[in-house]
Formats: sequence, C-alpha cells, structure tokens
Amino acid sequence: MLEHYLSLAAKAIFVENMALAFFLGMCSFLAVSKKVSTAIGLGFAVIFVLTLCVPINQLVINNLLKEGALAWISPDFATVDLSFLSLLAQIGTIAALVQLVEMTLDRYFPALYNALGVFLPLIAVNCAILGTSLFMEQRDYTFGEASVFGFSSGIGWMLAVVALAAIREKMRYSNVPPGLRGLGITFIVTGLMALGFLAFSGIQL
Amino acid sequence: MKFLRQQLDKLAPLFEKGGKYEGLYHLYEAVDTIHFTPGEVTKGPSHVRDALDLKRMMFTVVIALIPCALFAMYNTGLQIHASMAQGAPMLDSWQSALYAALGLGFDPNNVLANILHGLCYFLPVYAIGMAVGGFFEVLFACIRKHDVTEGFLVSGLLFPLILPPTIPLWQVAAGIAFGIVLGKEVFGGVGMNILNPALTARAFLFFAYPAQISGDVWRAVEPTQLADGMSGATWLAKAAAEHGALEKASWMDSFIGLIPGSMGETSVLCCLIGAAILIFTKVGSWRTMLGVTIGTFVMAALLNAVGSETNPMFAVPFEWHIVLGGWAFGTVFMATDPVSSAFTEKGKYLYGLGIGVMVVLVRVVNPAYPEGMMLAILFMNMFAPLIDHFFVQANIKRRKARYVTA
Repeated sequence: MLEHYLSLAAKAIFVENMALAFFLGMCSFLAVSKKVSTAIGLGFAVIFVLTLCVPINQLVINNLLKEGALAWISPDFATVDLSFLSLLAQIGTIAALVQLVEMTLDRYFPALYNALGVFLPLIAVNCAILGTSLFMEQRDYTFGEASVFGFSSGIGWMLAVVALAAIREKMRYSNVPPGLRGLGITFIVTGLMALGFLAFSGIQL
Repeated sequence: MKFLRQQLDKLAPLFEKGGKYEGLYHLYEAVDTIHFTPGEVTKGPSHVRDALDLKRMMFTVVIALIPCALFAMYNTGLQIHASMAQGAPMLDSWQSALYAALGLGFDPNNVLANILHGLCYFLPVYAIGMAVGGFFEVLFACIRKHDVTEGFLVSGLLFPLILPPTIPLWQVAAGIAFGIVLGKEVFGGVGMNILNPALTARAFLFFAYPAQISGDVWRAVEPTQLADGMSGATWLAKAAAEHGALEKASWMDSFIGLIPGSMGETSVLCCLIGAAILIFTKVGSWRTMLGVTIGTFVMAALLNAVGSETNPMFAVPFEWHIVLGGWAFGTVFMATDPVSSAFTEKGKYLYGLGIGVMVVLVRVVNPAYPEGMMLAILFMNMFAPLIDHFFVQANIKRRKARYVTA
C-alpha cells in the first residue's frame, strides 16, 4: 500500500509534472517566478490549496454527485445522477479554499500576502488546481490516493516554479536580446526545462 | 607567426571602428585571439575576474578532450571492422565507401586502418557541427556585438563525441543550431546560458529523432548475422533487456573503451586523462566529479539492495555503471561545465550528488532511456541556480550573524 502511494507521488511530482509535462497553471508560473522567495510562497499556497481541495472534491463527487451516490440518504435517491454538476462543484470548492488561504495569509503573513498580490486570488482560476482535481475525477482515485495525488502535484508544481525563479534570478546577468526580454525568454526557458523533465517520460510506476 | 601577426595587424584598421568591415569586427577578433594571446582578460558581469582569459580556459578543455577524440576515431573504426570480421556486410554509407576507396582493408588489428575509418565518420560530423554552429555563433556575435569565444570550440568538439557515428549529417546541423541558438545565444552567449549547449543539442536530437540516436548504433549490422556479444546494441541496452547480460562483457574492455557506443564516450581511460588535466589546471571542479561518483555509488548500492524480479537493471553494480554509456564522459566534461553547473563550492557537491542519483535512477527505472547521463546532467543544470541560491542565502545569513556578534 505504502509502495503504491509512493509511486503515485513520484509520478505526480516528476513524470506528470503539472507545470512542465502538462503546462498547466502557466499564468502564475510565468508571472510569479521573478524572485525565489515569492515563488516559494506561491508554491506553498498552491500545495496547501491542492492538498485540501483534491480530497474534498473526491468526497463531494463520490458522496453527492455520482450516479447513485446519494443512496446513503434514502434508497429513493439511488437513481439520481448529479455528475453534470461536478465541474461547478469543484470550482466552488477551490474558490472557497482560496478565500480561506487569502484571509489566513492576510492575517498572519502580511509580507507574503503583499508579495503575492493579485496572484493569490488568481489561484482560484489556476488551471493547475482544477486540472489536478479533474485528473483525480477522471482516474477514479480513492480518498487516500486523492490526498497523495493533490499534495504531490503541488510539490511538483512548486519545484518547477522555484527552479524557474532561481534561473530567472541568475538570468539577470545574462544579455538577452531586447526583443526577448521578460516573458519571451521565460517561455524559452520553460521549454528547455520541459526538455530536461522529459528524462522522466515513459517511466512506468 | 610573425608574418601572420603582420597580416592581422594590416587588416586591423579595416575592422576597427570606422573601418570598411566594422560590422565583422568580432569575426576578426576571434581569428586574431585564437592565434595570439590577447592583452586583455575577460571582463563583463558574468565572470569572476581572473588573470586568465576565458579563451585560454576553454582551450584547456579542448586539450583535455583530445585523448577522447583520438580514441573515438580508433574505436569507431575498430567496431566497424570487428563486426565485419564477424561476417557483417560493409556499412552502406558514403563514409565507408570513401574509406574503402583508400584501399586499406578492413582488418580490426590494423590500428591505422581503424583510425582512418573512424576519421571518415568523425570528421564530417565534427566539420558540420563546427560550420553550422560557427555560422550562428558569428552571426550573433556580429549583430549583438559580443566576442566569439573558445567556448564554442568546446561545444563544437563535445557535441560530435556524444553522438553515434552513423547519425545523419543533417541532424547534426539541426541539433547544433538548436543548441547554439536556443541553448546559448538567446541568453547572450558564452557564460550566460543556463543549460550546457552541447547537451541541449543532444537532448533535442534525442527527443526529436530517437530512431537514429539511441540504442542500436550500428544499424546496418543485423544482430542475427553476428555472434553474440557483437550485435549492435550497447551494453546498457543489453543489460536492460536480460538478466546477467553483463557477465558476457569484459569490464576491462569497457574501461578502455573497446565497446559500441557514442563516439567519444566509451573510453573511461581517456576521460580519466582528461579529468587529470582539468583538475590539475583547476578548470574542472573535482568537487562536482566527486559528488557525481558518490551519488552514483549510493544510488546503485541502494537499488542493488532493493533488487527487482522484473527489471534486470536493478542488479547492475556501481563499477559497471561508471564504465558504461556516457557516465565518465559526462562526469568529467559535461557536469563540470563552469557555466551551467553550480557556482558555489559547497553547491557543487550537492549538484554532483544530484546528477549521480539521477543517472542511476533514469537508467534503472526508465526503460525508454537506457542512457541516463546526459538527461541527468541536463536535469541538474536546471536546478543549479536554485542550489546556488540557497547556499548564497546561507552564507549571507552566517555573515550577518557574525557581524552582529562582533
């Protein structure tokens, strides 16, 4: 069992890295990767949201929305199928959780809150979060698997964004052609990083 | 030499500011300084100042690579001749046709014949790489007004050495163009890149045209035509395919480099000579090399202990990992690249350790890529800035603390 969870985690962090294999969550990945410290902060926020929202969504889907999921209330509901609401419900969970994170940070870590700025509320529409949640639904993970998957997807995303931030800090000493400065070169670096992460593609766990 | 100097001086006004070919100054400068040690040392923000010019430093690497390059030619010829001695037909390529026209025969025991046949393969790859890579290097240098440096000579020589001899030449051109432009020049040239340009080029080819670059190097030779042990696949591919495959291989042959593989990376012995030169001149970091070795050892030992019923690679011991594939070549010449590796001294241990762990992991766990060295280094190149960041922060913190107490 433990082995199964470990391989699931390794897969989510390296083989199917949300940022560098699926290119999900690109907007904040590119925008909040100028400084390592900010990137670490955002990374932790993403990990936090993912770790909570993926298992919660798993519970919501399996206990409320799936066909026959409501049978625990009364046998009359055995045929009710609410799965058309699943996308809405997942977005709702994510938005609520992001609010929670935002208020917590505002109260206890104002410096980080200010550094993240608009990108914190934007986690609500960060496709890495919704993507992970949808992958969970598509692959029919159990509650335990969903928790591991959410947490390690967050780790993988954080790893990528922090590495990119360090590269961009180092690139301040580079002499990038004027037309490529800023986002242009960041796209190229992202592509090269994805090339590096390809080392893991094809690993069967 | 004096004559050359006079000629260069005569040409100088044409290229200097206001001259007729002002735009081509950096091309002139490159030709000049490759022959004569310049009076200046490297300036600019990306390097720590030293009494040494960047050009001389890079040239040391080229010298350290020469044993590998020579052995590459010998072994390429040897492998072809040995497989032919076993009954394989001549490789159907213009390189072999050219060699056959020389009429030296195909005797694997004839050292000169081996070297010349290898040269027929190595030289075109090298020349194409230098021509195409050099074109882009000079193009960028002239437009962006930076110097053409010997860093390019290093990339240009490293690149053919990590390619299989039978690679199509147009792929060489495409690969080196990708490596030089996207791996180096978009960042501003030598010293400012993130990834090793030669490795970027190789990785690009590896993923874009996997058929020509991985596994069966001697494609024209059908494995069925040959006695066992001489079939085309590299030992790494064989070790991944069946249990105990390595028992048939000779460790000493692998150490000296008499095995199939990419051109320059088979010989651990030649890499050791290169390593000695690099460490003695302090151009390459022994810390990185040590880190890689330790990382490989620990990871290999760990996986040996874990073991696996289905995957024979788990059982490959440390001493085999370091003589197979590009391990030695990568450790000595690629991982120590001063630009793309970690800058901090302590960070180099960690950086090397990461490569060592990664290479064993990719080789063992990923069946798609039996050769993991290049990918492992590329992967750690990505994290080198991060490693530096943490070590620099730790240094700042420590010094601050010292300042407060004093």
